[in-house]
Order: sequence, then C-alpha cells, then structure tokens
Amino acid sequence: MNSKLRLFFIENAVVILFILLIAVAIPVSGLPRQFLMQEILMRLGRNSFLVIALLLPIMAGMGLNFGMVLGAMAGQIGLIFIMDWGIVGIPGVLLAMIISLPISIFLGWLCGSIMNMAKGREMVTGFILAFFMNGLYMMIVLYAMGTLIPIMNPEMLLSRGYGIRNVVGLDGVRQCIDNLIPLKIGGLKIPVFSYLIIAAVSCFIVWFRKTKIGQDMRAVGQDRAVADAAGIPVERTRIMAIVISTVLAGIGQVIFLQNLGTINTTASHEQIGMFSIAALLIGGASVTRASIPNVLIGVTLFHLLFLVSPMAGKNLIGSAMLGEYFRQFVSYGVIAMALVLYEWKRMTQEHEARAELRGGAAPAKGAKGGAA
Amino acid sequence: MEGIKRFIADFGLPRVIITFYLLALFLAAPLVGVSLPASISDSLIRIGMNGIMVLAMVPMIQSGCGLNFGLSLGVIAGLLGATLSIEFGFAGVLGFVVAIGISQVFGAVFGYGYGKLLNRVKGGEMMIATYVGFSSVMIMSIAWLIMPYKSPTMIWGFGGEGLRTTISVEGFWRHILDDFLAVRIGDSFKFPTGAILVFVLVAVLIWVFFHLKLGTAVTAVGSNATYARASGINVNRMRIISVMMSTMLGGLGILVFEQSFGFIQLYEGPLYMAFPAVAAILIGGASVNKATLVHVFIGTALYQGILTMTPAIFNAVLKVDMSDVIRIIVSNGMILYALTRKTKVAK
Repeated sequence: MNSKLRLFFIENAVVILFILLIAVAIPVSGLPRQFLMQEILMRLGRNSFLVIALLLPIMAGMGLNFGMVLGAMAGQIGLIFIMDWGIVGIPGVLLAMIISLPISIFLGWLCGSIMNMAKGREMVTGFILAFFMNGLYMMIVLYAMGTLIPIMNPEMLLSRGYGIRNVVGLDGVRQCIDNLIPLKIGGLKIPVFSYLIIAAVSCFIVWFRKTKIGQDMRAVGQDRAVADAAGIPVERTRIMAIVISTVLAGIGQVIFLQNLGTINTTASHEQIGMFSIAALLIGGASVTRASIPNVLIGVTLFHLLFLVSPMAGKNLIGSAMLGEYFRQFVSYGVIAMALVLYEWKRMTQEHEARAELRGGAAPAKGAKGGAA
Repeated sequence: MEGIKRFIADFGLPRVIITFYLLALFLAAPLVGVSLPASISDSLIRIGMNGIMVLAMVPMIQSGCGLNFGLSLGVIAGLLGATLSIEFGFAGVLGFVVAIGISQVFGAVFGYGYGKLLNRVKGGEMMIATYVGFSSVMIMSIAWLIMPYKSPTMIWGFGGEGLRTTISVEGFWRHILDDFLAVRIGDSFKFPTGAILVFVLVAVLIWVFFHLKLGTAVTAVGSNATYARASGINVNRMRIISVMMSTMLGGLGILVFEQSFGFIQLYEGPLYMAFPAVAAILIGGASVNKATLVHVFIGTALYQGILTMTPAIFNAVLKVDMSDVIRIIVSNGMILYALTRKTKVAK
C-alpha cells in the first residue's frame, strides 16, 4: 500500500506541485472565489479544445506539436473573412471554421511532410516552422489583404488602405457559442454548448484511438521500424496525425477567439502553442503520454496560476510584473523540464539496451558517459 | 555547367538565392537614391556588433551539441557583467574590461551547469536549449526586479521597483570599440575598426583552439562520439568545454553588441537573441553538425547585409517597410532548411 502511494506521488509529481503552488498563491492574491470560479469555467471552455489538438501527435510519437500554431493561423484567417463579409452568430462561426479547414489541411500536410524530413527532431522543426509560417501569415494579413485579396469593409483595414488592423473586434460572433445554451448556477455563467463541443471532440479522440488508423498511429509512436515492418505506412500515418492536430487547432482557435471577442491579428496565434503545451504538461502529461484528463486538469491549473500570479506578485513585493514573469517562467520551465525528463528517460533506456547487448554487465556505468 | 551545378549543390540553393538577393539590393541602392557608403558602413557596424555572437555557435556545433538556441544564457552573463560594472562605478576602457571579466566568470559558471544538463539529454539538445534559455531569461527578469542595484543611472526613478528595461551606456563605454581607430571617410562612412578587430581576434583565438590538442578532441567528439570515446577522449568533458566556450562567447558578444548599440536591454530583451546568430551561421553554410570560421564570416556578412539593405531599399522603392517580415522568413527559413537537410557529414 505504501509503495503504491509513493508511486502515485511520483507519477503525479507535477500536478501535486502545482496544486500546492496555487493553494499558496490564491490566498496571497486575495482574489474573490466567485471571480476565480467564473473565470476558470470560462477558460475551460475557451482553451480545452486547443489543448486537445495536441493529443494525436503525442500518440504518434512526434512529441509536442509546436506546429499547432499553423492551425491557429488558419482559424484566424477564417474569422477575418467572416468579419469582413459581416456574417454574424453561429453561421459566422461555422463558416469561419469551414474556411479554416482547407487551409489547415494544407498547412498540416506541409508540416507533417517537413517533420518527416526531420525525424527525431520533430519538435524543434515544428517550433521553427511556426516562426517561418508566421512570416508568411504576416505577409498575407498585413500586405496581401486589401491589395491582392479583396477586403470590403474599410474599417478592418489599417489607415494606410491595406493590411488588417492590429486589433479586430469580433462583435458579431462574440461568445455566441458560449451563450447558445444559457445556464446560470449560483450566479456562475456556464458555457454549456462549448462544453458539449469539447465533450464531442474528446469522444472523437477516444473513438479514434480504437480505429485502425488510431492503432497504426500508436504503433508508429512505439517504434517506427517495427511499424514499418508490419506494413503500416509510417510517413502517411505521421502526416495524418499532424493534419488532424492542425485542423483541430484551427477550429480550437475560432472557439478561443469567439470567447475572447477580439483578434489581435499579428499576435493572437503566437503564444497559443506555448500556452497549450504548458497547460497540457502541467496537467501531468509527458512528451510520450497524454490523455483527456491531463487536458482538463492542466487547463484548470495553468489558468488558475495565470489569474492569481500577477496579484500574488503585487501583494508579495509590490510588483505585478514579478507575478507575470513568474508565470512565464513556469510556462517555459515546465516545457523544459518535460523535455529533459523525456530525453533523460530515452537515454537511460538506450544505455540499458546497449548494456543488455553486452551481456548485462555494468549497466549503470554507461549513463555516466565515456570516461573510458 | 557541371561546375556551376556542383557549386550550387555544395553551397546550397538557399544560400545562392540569398547571395544574389543581397547583390541585387546593393546594385539597386544607387538607382533608388540610397547612399551606398552609408549602407556599407551600416553593414560593417552591424557585422562588428553581431559577429562574436555568431562565433559563439561554432564550439557547440563542432562538439555535436547542435545549434545553441540557449545562447540567451551567455547573453545573461554579459548583462550581469555590464550592469555590475556600472554598479561598481567603472567607466571607459576599465569599465568595459571589468564588464567582460565579470561576464566571463558568470559565463563559465552558467556554461558548466548548462553543459552538465545537455550531457544528460544527448540528441534532444536543441529544443531543451531553447526552453532552458527562455526560462532562465524569465528567472533573470525576476532577479532584475529584486536585486539590490543602487546606481541611479540604472534603477527606475521615483520609487519604482528594480532596474530599467533599457539602460544607456552613454558615459560609460558607448562606442568604445566602434570608435577605436575608426576610419571616417566623408560624413556617412565609418569603419568600426575596434569592433571588427576584436571580432577577428576572437575568431583567430578560436581557430587556434581548434588546432590544439583539446580543440581537435572537441571536433572528434562532434564527428563521431563512439570513435572519440574509443580513442580515449572524455566525451562529456569535451562537450562541457564546448558549451562553456559558447556561453562565454555569448557574454562577450552581447557586450560588444551593447557598446555599439548604446543600450543594455534587460528583462525579455535576451529572449530571442539566439535566433539571429543561429540563422547567420546557417546562411554562411554551416549545418547542424559542421561549422567553420568561413561560415561565420560569410554568414554574418550576408545576414547583416540583408538586415541593413532590405528596409532601406524597400522603403525607397515601395514606401512599405516589409523588412521585419522578410527577416522572419529568411532567418527561420534558413534554420528550417538546415534542420531538414540530409547532411553529408553523417551523424
């Protein structure tokens, strides 16, 4: 029983650490409980879909999909168009998602193909690809829109006559998904329909894992060579994982922005990858294993930290920036830590395998490196 | 024709395109009324500013640790050197030397820890380096807020907390290298002799290092770690040495950058400092596991040339400033190309 308990603590160390951290930070911040609960309910609906987009590439052994930003760009392009055409409410949101689809499928295919050219460094490749595509995205949004791509609504353009404004209000579609089924319990507004969508996509992921392609993906994630020998089209399966992830990220970004109610044209997508990945990891996921509960726990904990750390910092040493820096440190740090743990584990396994090959002699020596 | 084809294959198509793009920019300059001497002078100053940070990439690439996306760690060491030197009240040449001295001490310490960490994650260095760099920048941001600096030129006036986001080095060591033996022709041309000299000097030192026994051992680890181990080289120690060198050069690099730029940028300033340096060395012809000093020189010249010329020409011709977008596409495109390329020097 004791060892079981210890195992539970070891496996959930990150989650427990963050719960403790937040348990200290909430009273220090002095924020009212009602406000925090309302915010978390909102943010669960806003962010969970995006985080779920990360699950399939992890299953396919491609690690954390930093390239999900590409999907977010597609979603934003969809939203820019429906705002220009003045389509409001649910039809607007739906249309934005539909416009984003072909773009994210193409970008996902591109991302997957490029990652296939850089096997073993998918994460850093996706990370740089996101920066690269951000350049192209800015070129389209800031220079091509209003010149090559017709934009009818002059209010969306910068004063120079072309290029989309830095901040575009999404008044027509603001929170229309969240408010579709209005429900209030004890003064707390609950975005029921957003939750239904998240439940649906969670069911899709669970179902997808059991399909033939889902099983293939898992096999590819376990061992590419074995999967290839078993006749699974490895490269195609990997591309598929990234395409689905990108498409989900596109839809997720539309949901995210309809809740926020404004697009920051050149910046809304940039941090999405990092925030989603950090949230997932805080929820107890690793580079090789992630589940729906990780998503929900992660979003809750990450956003609680997000909410309370500026105020906690201000009350502790009188500087809100301190909390803000701390929050950013945690987001970056948790990603760094997860990556270190993953690589470390992989190296230890490699050394063990090598030691076994030598006949099991002195397995621990290898981990120290070549002191020979 | 065969010769040209092979040259392009060796040099890499993206590099050929970038070279021609830069040549076109220089040729276009007089036609659209951009002063050529001023442009060349600007390019030279920027080469002097950034060169050492590009040099900092060489040791880690050579030892097989990949592109040092965690250069910000070295930059932090440099910032500590700069701020502490000002805090202690040193100015002029002495101030600059003290700053370098302090930065090298911190660089060695940070580099040692960072190298230790990277030795435990062989194969996944680049992504981890990025995020280790990011998180240390944030930790330092907190430190800048709460460290007990007193110098009135550096802290916020009127009861603000911590150091300012940008600190001017005017009156301390602004342009101390740029103006050293600087050659001025006309009003618009200035050759930053001191900065270029330091860049070349450091490059020579690195060249010497890689021709000593120790440097050869580092290169051997990068080319084939198993073989190096079989020949009795301590792989992990060589890797740590390379990481320490890289981090210390990063510290020196940012100081040379700051004396020319005129400001110390704290807080989130160092966050993306590694990326231009990475892009520059790759543009010069380096790959993820092979880099030479020639790559550094060509790369710095091409990259800084593009950064100087693009906004000038685009503003003159199109009246639009697309330089930022072009910079993002060129530098990240180049990194992407290097990551996906099947390198001839097999790992």
